[in-house]
Amino acid sequence: MSTANTPTLELRNLEVAYTVRGIDREVLRDISLSIAPGEAYGLVGESGCGKSTAAFAAMRYLPRNGKITGGAILFEGKNIVDMADDEVSSLRRSAISMVYQNPATALNPTIRVGDQVAEVFQLSGISKSDSLEMAQAALVQVQIADPAQVMRRYAHQLSGGMAQRVVIAMALASNPRLLVMDEPTTGLDATVEAEVLDLVRELRRDTGTAVLFISHNLGVIRHMCDRVGVLYAGALVEQGATADLFNNPSHPYTVGLLRCIPRGGLHKSTDRLDTIPGTPPALGTHFDGCVFASRCSLADDNCRTQLPQMVTISGAHVARCFHSDKAISMPRSIEQTEFVSQSEIHATHSGDTLLSINHLSKIFTQDGHKVQVINDVSLNLGFGETLGLVGESGSGKTTIAKLVLGLVSPEEGGVVTLDGKGLAKTLNRRDVHDVGSMQIVFQNPDQALNRRHSVTRIVGRAVERLRGFNVSDAIDRAHELLSGMRVEASLHSARPVQLSGGLKQRVAISRAFAGSPQIVVCDEPTSALDVSVQAAILNLLVDLQKQDGVSFIFISHDLGVVRYISDRIAVLYLGRVIEFGTSQRVFNGPFHPYTEALLSSVPNIDGSIRKRIPLTGVVPSPSNPPSGCVLNPRCPRKAGSGYETLCETEEPNLTEVEPGHFMRCHIPVANLKQLQS
Amino acid sequence: MSNEERRTIRRERMQLVVRNKTFLVGCSILGFWLLLSIFGDLIAPRGASDQDFEFVSVGPSLKYWFGTDANGQDVLSRVILGTRLIVVMAFSATTLGTIVGTAIGLASGYFKGKFDMITMRLIEAISAIPVLIIALLAIAALEGRSPTLTVIVIGFVFTPNIGRTVRAAVLGEAELEYVAAARLRTERTPHILFREILPNVLPPIIVEFTVRLGYAIFAIATLSFLGAGVEYGSPNWGSQIAENWGNIYSNIWWPTAFPALAIASLAVSVNLISDSLLEVFEL
Repeated sequence: MSTANTPTLELRNLEVAYTVRGIDREVLRDISLSIAPGEAYGLVGESGCGKSTAAFAAMRYLPRNGKITGGAILFEGKNIVDMADDEVSSLRRSAISMVYQNPATALNPTIRVGDQVAEVFQLSGISKSDSLEMAQAALVQVQIADPAQVMRRYAHQLSGGMAQRVVIAMALASNPRLLVMDEPTTGLDATVEAEVLDLVRELRRDTGTAVLFISHNLGVIRHMCDRVGVLYAGALVEQGATADLFNNPSHPYTVGLLRCIPRGGLHKSTDRLDTIPGTPPALGTHFDGCVFASRCSLADDNCRTQLPQMVTISGAHVARCFHSDKAISMPRSIEQTEFVSQSEIHATHSGDTLLSINHLSKIFTQDGHKVQVINDVSLNLGFGETLGLVGESGSGKTTIAKLVLGLVSPEEGGVVTLDGKGLAKTLNRRDVHDVGSMQIVFQNPDQALNRRHSVTRIVGRAVERLRGFNVSDAIDRAHELLSGMRVEASLHSARPVQLSGGLKQRVAISRAFAGSPQIVVCDEPTSALDVSVQAAILNLLVDLQKQDGVSFIFISHDLGVVRYISDRIAVLYLGRVIEFGTSQRVFNGPFHPYTEALLSSVPNIDGSIRKRIPLTGVVPSPSNPPSGCVLNPRCPRKAGSGYETLCETEEPNLTEVEPGHFMRCHIPVANLKQLQS
Repeated sequence: MSNEERRTIRRERMQLVVRNKTFLVGCSILGFWLLLSIFGDLIAPRGASDQDFEFVSVGPSLKYWFGTDANGQDVLSRVILGTRLIVVMAFSATTLGTIVGTAIGLASGYFKGKFDMITMRLIEAISAIPVLIIALLAIAALEGRSPTLTVIVIGFVFTPNIGRTVRAAVLGEAELEYVAAARLRTERTPHILFREILPNVLPPIIVEFTVRLGYAIFAIATLSFLGAGVEYGSPNWGSQIAENWGNIYSNIWWPTAFPALAIASLAVSVNLISDSLLEVFEL
């Protein structure tokens, strides 16, 4: 029987192994943690550290090749490791629920949403008609707009945020005592993520459910959880109350993770990001000593040979490290600033415009309807500068990049000018020099590198085509480029599949630099990478910019990253530029109402409480944009501004509100400033 | 490290193939027939048209393992000597169909739009007519009984199937960003199609090739049974059956049964291989 003191979930020295090619490989090493009723426990760590395995193990729901090799999983005091299978399934049905990362695959595409939610109630023996009513009530509880109508829809007709709400409603339908959430907001836009997180927080307060919350995003964990555990290579290396752990990280890995993240207004001009040297160990590596020793700057012989025990830092805050007192002040692996002279670049071109985009529009035809995805976009970019493009998914960021590169041709009237020369609309009509001058690093290196070609061939071929080198010179140059991007010579003959995500992205960057480009478009280049790898890639990009004076168009949904690397920012909404200015202006305000909402929705890693400016409703379809200002149905500043009718009837122009700061808003900037202070 | 990893991957893939019993059985049967098709002249105990009038329609014996037919010809030798023709014809017809079909499929999947629309409708029209009828009509119209013509006709008839398979694979592949990356280094379209995309769609093409090879064996055997595919009198399995099946009612089964078994085992071996490849490539 559970009492008030019994934790809802307790993992006691849990060990899990996966059998791969006939050999057992350790994935969880001696994990002990407990979650009290009503508590939210966060597990953080980079990919492959065992987060999801821990989540599945909590429900004793491991993949077929996984097995529990030691320890106990106690649910309300009962060990479920040696429980009968049907008992465990009944627990899963009635007491434990799980929310997965991708809501689109968690819902059955052939059953209406209402019936799917009702099914969960029917499992616990409720009649069909009652269950439908309860399903609707469940949808009301997760704050879905117009639940009666949503009940009749299919999963593909829901937006990502709505689908995740439905999944949460289903998870809560059985009144679970433990809710396991595995990266529940990872695929969602920042504003939607913020709403879903708000919802989870409210539900937790109302229902008192214990939550095991798994995320790679430290900001999200900081906002959502009471206590946090940090996983590395399947071992829990640090654990404690959220504020303690974030304010006084005491394991070198935690310290390293926090230092990797571009935050708190860090900017490339003054700060270099720290990285964690080395790479995570392969699955199932055996350690005699500390799992992190090989990458730790504090490690000594003791660390390599002896397994450290959990050391108490303060109260319940513990770290598995011999040097926990020195962790927070451990030396950086990369100098804070590395001065590289920029004077050459600036002397010749300072302030000159390299690229200008004028009146770019794009209309796609979709099922016979014309959809204007890009609407009269004009931007410019200087020599050696970075232009950040931000906006939610579907705002047209990638399409703009493709238009500039010539991969997609713009409508009549759109002009792209590079260094004073008007470029042909499509790639085929541009000469080799123009094509080589503008290159791209794609988001997903798995798709961007031909998996049948070797690294040398991928980069060498680009040099050959874009620089007109003969094959052997091209290969020499490719090796030079690759070594410059720190891809070791031993990997030059490898295929992409044999490389880690960070290395693949370095190969992609090498390829983009093959033709000595003036502009490189970076389309979410780090979103598929872990934060420590992200930091290394961002440092590399900044170095390249300082050395070669290359300009970047940097697309990212991560505002911290954009802020770090950009000199100018364009905020996009529904294919329009709604704010454009220097990084400083855009991030420090006065803000466009949309930018304000976007910025306020990012969970802050510093834990400072910021008032969230909610953006109500969903992003309208570009095929049927709202009349007037396209933001007006969702605008957080429209009501009470005194400009309501104007906002609803007339589209504002992009006007210069301050020197070098453009906004598309009817509300005068002075009023905005006042509202935002 | 990378070389080591590569060796591991190759070893694991080889093990996957070698451990696959279906593949091994298929390969050994096909290998047997390939050997016969190459060295048949040396192995066959007698010439294709040697007649022994003392042994006419005699059942299997120590002297004639597979018996003799109504012309006093050795069934075993004729089966062995018939191998080369069907193997060469089946491989050439399938290769021809695969090359043309792959080219069409690549272009269709990559260019999309009107070109794709028209090609696909044509392909549907061709595949709506039964293979044998097209082949018979073409052979009758061209008044040819040459193996070359048969190979061309069968290759043409197989083009749609392969074209469709390749197109489906290319549609997904062409959206991947490495294709855009190739365009961004001024690669010409043929390079993109054959050097970038083609290597990535090889697995379905290989499987489709083996499937078609099985059909080609049957088609060639059937055509020669109908007397349409090959020159009269040459030692080939289809004609052998055609010439001798009437004697089955006189209980002279051997001149029909052995060539029929040969056709079946060759077709089965090819199908076993295609099945196991499907498994290994996880298509």
